[in-house]
Amino acid sequence: MSRVIQFREAVAEAMSEEMRRDEKVYLMGEEVAEYNGAYKASKGMLDEFGPKRVIDTPISELGFAGIGVGSAMNGLRPIIEFMTFNFSLVAIDQIISNAAKMYQMSGGQFNVPIVFRGPTASAGQLGATHSQALESWYANTPGLKVVVPSNPYDAKGLLKSAIRDDDPVLVMESEQMYGDKGEVPEDEYLLELGKAHTVQEGNDVTIVSFGKIIKEAYKAAEELEKDDISCEIIDLRSVRPIDYETIVNSVKKTNRLVILEEAWPLGNISTEITAHVQQHAFDYLDAPIRRINAQDTPMAYSPVLVEAYLPNADHVIKAVKEVLYI
Amino acid sequence: MAKKKITKKVYLQWYEDMLFWRKFEDKASALYIQQKIRGFLHLYNGQEAVLAGSVFAMEENDRMITAYRNHVQPIALGVDPKKIMAELMGKVTGTSKGNGGSMHMFSKEHNFFGGHGIVGGQIPLGAGLAFADKYNETGAVTLCYMGDGAVRQGAFHETMNLAMLWNLPVVFIVENNGYAMGTSVERTANHTDIYKLGLGYEMPCEAVDGMDPTEFYPVIQEAVDRARDGKGPTLLEARTYRYKGHSMSDAQHYRTKDEVAEFQKKDPIGIVQKIIKDKKYASDEDLKEIEQRVKDKVNDCVKFGDESEFPPADQLFTTVYAQEDYPYIKTQ
Ligand SMILES: Cc1ncc(C[n+]2csc(CCOP(=O)(O)OP(=O)(O)O)c2C)c(N)n1
Ligand SMILES: [Mg+2]
Repeated sequence: MSRVIQFREAVAEAMSEEMRRDEKVYLMGEEVAEYNGAYKASKGMLDEFGPKRVIDTPISELGFAGIGVGSAMNGLRPIIEFMTFNFSLVAIDQIISNAAKMYQMSGGQFNVPIVFRGPTASAGQLGATHSQALESWYANTPGLKVVVPSNPYDAKGLLKSAIRDDDPVLVMESEQMYGDKGEVPEDEYLLELGKAHTVQEGNDVTIVSFGKIIKEAYKAAEELEKDDISCEIIDLRSVRPIDYETIVNSVKKTNRLVILEEAWPLGNISTEITAHVQQHAFDYLDAPIRRINAQDTPMAYSPVLVEAYLPNADHVIKAVKEVLYI
Repeated sequence: MAKKKITKKVYLQWYEDMLFWRKFEDKASALYIQQKIRGFLHLYNGQEAVLAGSVFAMEENDRMITAYRNHVQPIALGVDPKKIMAELMGKVTGTSKGNGGSMHMFSKEHNFFGGHGIVGGQIPLGAGLAFADKYNETGAVTLCYMGDGAVRQGAFHETMNLAMLWNLPVVFIVENNGYAMGTSVERTANHTDIYKLGLGYEMPCEAVDGMDPTEFYPVIQEAVDRARDGKGPTLLEARTYRYKGHSMSDAQHYRTKDEVAEFQKKDPIGIVQKIIKDKKYASDEDLKEIEQRVKDKVNDCVKFGDESEFPPADQLFTTVYAQEDYPYIKTQ
């Protein structure tokens, strides 16, 4: 049986189910308890689990991220919420230098079973500091796993797996998705970390994307369908590790690849996939790979500038037509 | 600079300024509902006494920096309010040409160094402004503002120490309005006397009424003088209150209507108005005239914003680097 719920409800369900299952799991972050989450993604959790396990913090990201890591080294399984990953930057040292390195540095003695979660990337006209797509920053770091759900079903399944995972996992969401609705089973399910999902099969071109921006790929594919262009759409779900196999197999079938990612272009997930595919499926490609990213600038406030900055469905359509030489 | 006398002229100035700031914010709020302003919008209503007192203590070259609750501070320093409204509306005539929006006002001309959206991010910058003034021997003082929530950031504590270590000409003002979003000060520390955070650094520190400019002014003047005299930084905790929600979508379940009403009884504009009336500095007619002037001025701001253009899309590429003709940004 499944029902339609919001993304934020899927997140709350995932955390609540795992907290019922394992008393070592706790949730900590700004406004997560009494306010029910800045975006209401932990609604009802304080009532159910009490203040020992659903913990409001002051605005001390460095401190509570590090406390999360320390507690994970000593037997707990924290879920640390950042109000957005833009604010994780004041705590990034704890994630990169501590969480990601501990297992290796200690010769395998201390694993760090922690989840850092919260929204990433842009969310309307919030200006330069609140609009950064940081998935590829974190994905660059060995020792971390990074998942980016794009719908309620994926959010729940991936988050539950992330909480059970014995290594640090970042779950990167979006303010603009919390209200999205989708079918989610009543029964428990888990989604394996590191596996992509082929959302739509097609023959003419492969479109790879992840997170909120994938919706632009869906819109584009619908338009292209009208011109009898059949798109295969792959939702990466995870950007570390990346499911190269699914991508390469798809490219071997369609012979054309477009990658859509809301991040700055220099050294991101789409450059990584491009490098991999040209090495492993070069002979199958009928056109150069095209990637679509945000502009190579900070995001700005004015609606005109937001529009000019972000990738959209029209860009995808144009790129698809280019790789098809039409 | 010794303490200045608060004359009739000052009271009338305070009254008109604070009223204008209040009405400006109310108008911004209305424009947000009309979706002419988007994103976040943090209003200053209730905290005006801190700004009024501060500006009276400042000299021509002094500098100011604050967080994202920052629309009216540049106006107080002399920026044309039309440009602030235009910025809020994302227009090219705005202070940041529409790049910055509500949280990121700047004015180099008027020594307003922002407008910062990351909580606590401006605190080391404030000390850095003071570092430069000490280095350049300008004699200028920096006033660096932050919320009660921001003192829980590591950046605050590192900066307190460095500012003392290097004896920087800076005044740190915590605008304690009781809450950081939905989190009351009591819920962020084992004690609520924020000013005492200065003690560990042996920084002169004190709490002061932030609702009454006549109370706040002499204290900030003393701190500014201390900085200018080479005696280093001060930490002030201005006890104030924000009347509006944190930003525009805030159901405010964390406080009662009674609590808000209680503080509104001590309204800074009301306090100054009462003094003006008691001392017969102005008649009711005069005050009405001021109100009308304020209203007209706010409407002029909206008109200017409405009539201004959005920036050209290629502004995205031309404002990233100071280097002229930086050739490496390619349209994606
Ligand atoms: C590092 C960081 N963490 C979290 C936020 C989100 N945030 C914005 S304002 C705010 C509350 C700040 O409260 P306070 O410092 O008291 O200032 P006030 O809003 O009351 O003026 C929070 C948590 C942020 N912008 N930056
Ligand atoms: Mg506050």
